[in-house]
Formats: sequence, structure tokens, C-alpha cells
Amino acid sequence: MGVALNRVVRTLALAVCGALGVAAGVARAAVAEPVASPVADDEEAARAVRWKDLQHAIFANRPIQDGAGFLSIDAPARALDAALVPVDLTLTGDRRIKGIYLIIDNNPGPLAAHFTFGPQGDPHRLKLRVRVNAYTYIHAVAETTDDQLYSVARFVKAAGGCSAPAGGDEQQAMQDLGHIKLRITDPFVAGKPMQAQLMIRHPNFNGMQMNQLTRLYTPAMFIRTVDVSFDGAQVMHLDSDISLSSDPVIGFGFIAPHKGQLKVLVRDTKDETFGQSFDVPAPTG
Amino acid sequence: MFRREVLLGGVGILCAVGIAGRSQADPTSLVTTAIAPGVHVRRGLDEDASAANGDAIANAAFIVGRDAVAVVDPGGCLADGERLRARIREITTLPIRHVVMSHVHPDHIFGAGAFERDKPQFIGHARLPNAMAQRGDYYRATLEAILGKGHAGPLVAPTRLIDARARIDLGDRVLLLTAHGVAHSDCDLSVFDPVSGTLLTGDLLFVGRVPALDGNIKGWQNELALLKTVAARRAVPGHGPVSVSWPGATADLERYLDVVLRETRVAVKRGLDIGTAVATVGQSERGRWKLFDDYHGHNVTQAFKEVEWE
Repeated sequence: MGVALNRVVRTLALAVCGALGVAAGVARAAVAEPVASPVADDEEAARAVRWKDLQHAIFANRPIQDGAGFLSIDAPARALDAALVPVDLTLTGDRRIKGIYLIIDNNPGPLAAHFTFGPQGDPHRLKLRVRVNAYTYIHAVAETTDDQLYSVARFVKAAGGCSAPAGGDEQQAMQDLGHIKLRITDPFVAGKPMQAQLMIRHPNFNGMQMNQLTRLYTPAMFIRTVDVSFDGAQVMHLDSDISLSSDPVIGFGFIAPHKGQLKVLVRDTKDETFGQSFDVPAPTG
Repeated sequence: MFRREVLLGGVGILCAVGIAGRSQADPTSLVTTAIAPGVHVRRGLDEDASAANGDAIANAAFIVGRDAVAVVDPGGCLADGERLRARIREITTLPIRHVVMSHVHPDHIFGAGAFERDKPQFIGHARLPNAMAQRGDYYRATLEAILGKGHAGPLVAPTRLIDARARIDLGDRVLLLTAHGVAHSDCDLSVFDPVSGTLLTGDLLFVGRVPALDGNIKGWQNELALLKTVAARRAVPGHGPVSVSWPGATADLERYLDVVLRETRVAVKRGLDIGTAVATVGQSERGRWKLFDDYHGHNVTQAFKEVEWE
């Protein structure tokens, strides 16, 4: 479902954005803060239309309620590095959550991530690093187990993160491809939610970086899904897209009713899979 | 603001041609200082590029020998390069045979197009072509977004690549070139003139203006340690005063890199997220550097990415 949906949304995004590429994105960013209010109003209106289009593409005609009060997004208002914008999603209260969508409205692939949670999952805290291509709203949409949708939004000023040339050494990136690290950041307490940080070595090439010598774009090759399970029971499933930063780092919660193993399985667009298991609690020393 | 957009691809240090209306062929020459016999340096401004500052922001230098001239960093855009060339022609009519590009960042190389008519060797690190391939288009598009179409200048490919050491003979003096490991960037080249005892570091040395990390922080420390063994009396930093004592002038940079690396490691070890690290690491350095708030967070982000995989 994720793949097809992403494709639909991306097509829509390209149609809407038109030629929004490096130049347009940058030119826009080069303009200082929004000044005259009519312009700002126009922009706001355009952003609202865009979100409406995206809602329609992703959620059809399902109503979306205001999630303020139990759902929040934290991201820097002005990003230091548009190719690596940290985004934290926090849920409070005890609504039963089926999944969470992260949508970066003005990115070429707006649906950056869709998490779904299994019995050993804990949706209350998610952390991601994303690319941001142009000044944009970022929306988080939570879906409850009774199929209600709730959203919150945050505006982020950053531009060029999608087409920015990959830093570092491409050869090195390919050598380390698929290395996975996992670190559990809370002490082990059986049956209580714990946070973990998953790190995956993957360049996540998004197909938007051009090699000037060949005039060809580095072919897209990015992580499609991440599955995490605890002793065979699902923790979470992630459908991701071109908006995750290279070498993705994902913070998530899980519940271990006893000592056991977290298993991580990553699949990319070349259908390569990378997997690894980690003891819970992590061995000390 | 614009600078941050360039930062994305690495580190953005940009030239602004300045006032949009100014002709790119503006014949006005720029001001240089003769820091040693035959060694002339144009001081880059410790500012981010803007239409207002109307000038390049990196140091640019040239060395005049008995037979020829070598340029070390040709300026940040075509007009900047033209002005540098005009200044050279005020001083000497000797042929300009070498144009060294210290690394890929736009404020150091986009003036190269002004020297194409001299048919010099354009000299760069062996990794420079790859870095240009990855970023050149992006840099130029970004530059043109503020300078206006056609005002950035061409990206000039190096015609001579250095993978270890090399020499440039100017007649009565031989310049020694060193290609460095990944440090400030992945293609840093330094130039030593033994005759005058002058070391041109490129961006391996920042003085006064906050360093920008676009390579590898540990690598930068290592390369700096090696560079300090060069028996120079003075250095020309990539950013900062036209001449500083060597190796004494590295102290601030070394302290900065040490603090950032040490505190980033602690942050990673404590499980802090990258945003918290950016807000807390290296804050003792605030106030010691110009443009600290513009680049420091990006440096911590780079260091964090490096350290978290250790």
C-alpha cells in the first residue's frame, strides 16, 4: 500500500510543484523573510490548498481533526542543514494509535514516512531526520485504531535538502551499506516502554542529485521499508520514501515483556535487504 | 539566510559580486598587501556573502617569481577573479602560468574563469574533479540565484591534479604543493613558498572567522598536526588576516576542533539527540569567533554524524 500511495503522492507533488528544483527552491530561499502581508497571505493560501490536495491524495475524503493537545511535532523553525532536519513526534495520553504519517508538504515526495505499530510497539515518541526541499509545512497525522485521523503542523524554513549533493565519499557510503546499529536509551524494565535509536548506513540516494560530468542523475536507491519485531511480535513497520536523510537514524519506542531480541529488517528500492538482531537488554561492557 | 542554503551541500562560503548592477568586467582592481617579497594577498571579508558587502569573502593570493606568476585561489566569482587579475597586472606583466584551487568551495574557485585567457595550469587536489562533479552545478545555481544569471562564472576544471606532493617552478622560487587527507573538505591543497617562508593553507586554517567543517573533524586535526611541521615563518589562512605567525596561529582552531569533537562525543555517549547536541556543544567558543551562530551548529551536526558511527 505504501509504495503505490507514495507514487501517487509524488506524482501529484511534481505536478503541483512544477519545476521546483534547485534553482526555484534556492531562489525562493534567497528572498528574505516574508515581508508584505498580502504576499504572505497569498503564500498561506497556496500552502493551505497544497495541504488540501495532499490530504485528498493520501486520505481520500476522510475528515481530519485537530490533533493539538495530544500530538506534537518538534523541528527547528530554521534548519541548520536542510539535508538533515531532525523531527520529533510526540503523543501523549492513551488514545490507541494504529499509525502515524509524516508529510513534508513541499517536498517532491511529500509522504516522508508512515509508521504502523504492532503489539510490542510504543508510538509515543518517534524521531526522524529528513530532507527539506523548500520552506514548508510539515504535517503529522495520527490514525487511531478506530480509524480517526488527527493532524498537527509545523512550519520549517529550510531549502535545497533534496537536491543538495551528497556529502562525503560515495564509495565509502556503498562499502558500509546496510550496517545497522541499535542502541536502547532507556534502562530495561520488563513490560515498560523503552526508547531505541536505530541507525542504518544507507546513502538513500533520492534521484535528484546530478553528476555534472555525465549530466545524469545518480539513480535513486533508498530505503523502502523498515520492520522491527521483538521475539517475533511486531514492534513497528515503516514505509519510507526519498525524504529520509542519508544514513537514517530513527528513534522509536517498544515494549519488551521479558528479555529477548529485537530484530531489524531493512529493504531498499533495489530489493536489497539488511537485517540484524539485538539483545534486549543490550549486553553491558 | 542565503548562506544556509548553500551549506546544505556541504559548506557554503559564497562570494557575492555584490551590487547586482555592477558589471562583471568591472576593471577596478582590489586591494592587496605584500606580506613578503613577491607574495600578495587580498583579505577576504569576515562576512557572509550579501549584495551589500559586494565582495568576495575568502583570501586570494598570488606569488610573483622571476619568470611567472602563480595564483593561489582565484577569487569567489568571475568579477572577483577579474579584479584580482587586474591587480596582478598593475604589479607585473609576467605570465600567469599557474592557478591553484585550494579546494572546491565556491568562494575560493569561481574566479578561475578570469584567468582562462592566460592559459595557465589549473591545479587542484586529485579529488577536486569528483567534488566539482558532485557539487559544481549546485554551487553555480546557488551563486547565480544571488548574483544574477551569468555572474557566478564558469566552473573551471583542474588541468593538473595533485595526489600527494608537487612543485611549481617560478624561476627563482619553487612552490611546494601538498594534497591533504579529508580535513576541512575532501580536497584540501596547501602551498608552501620556502623562499619567503610563507605557507598558504587554504581553509585548513581559519583565523577569527568561525571554521566551517565539510570534511572530517578528526582528519582535520591530523592534517593540521602534519601541517604544523612545515618550517614556515608565516601563513596565509583561507579566512582571516593576510598574514599570521606560523604555527602559533593554529592555536584557536585546534582548541575549537578539540572542544567540538570532545563535547560531541560526550553528547553521543549520553544519548543526546542531534538537536540537543547542536544547542549545547562548544558553547564556550561563542564570542571567540565571527559568524559563530551561522556555522557552528552545522559543524556540530557534521561532527555528530561522524562520531555517532564510531
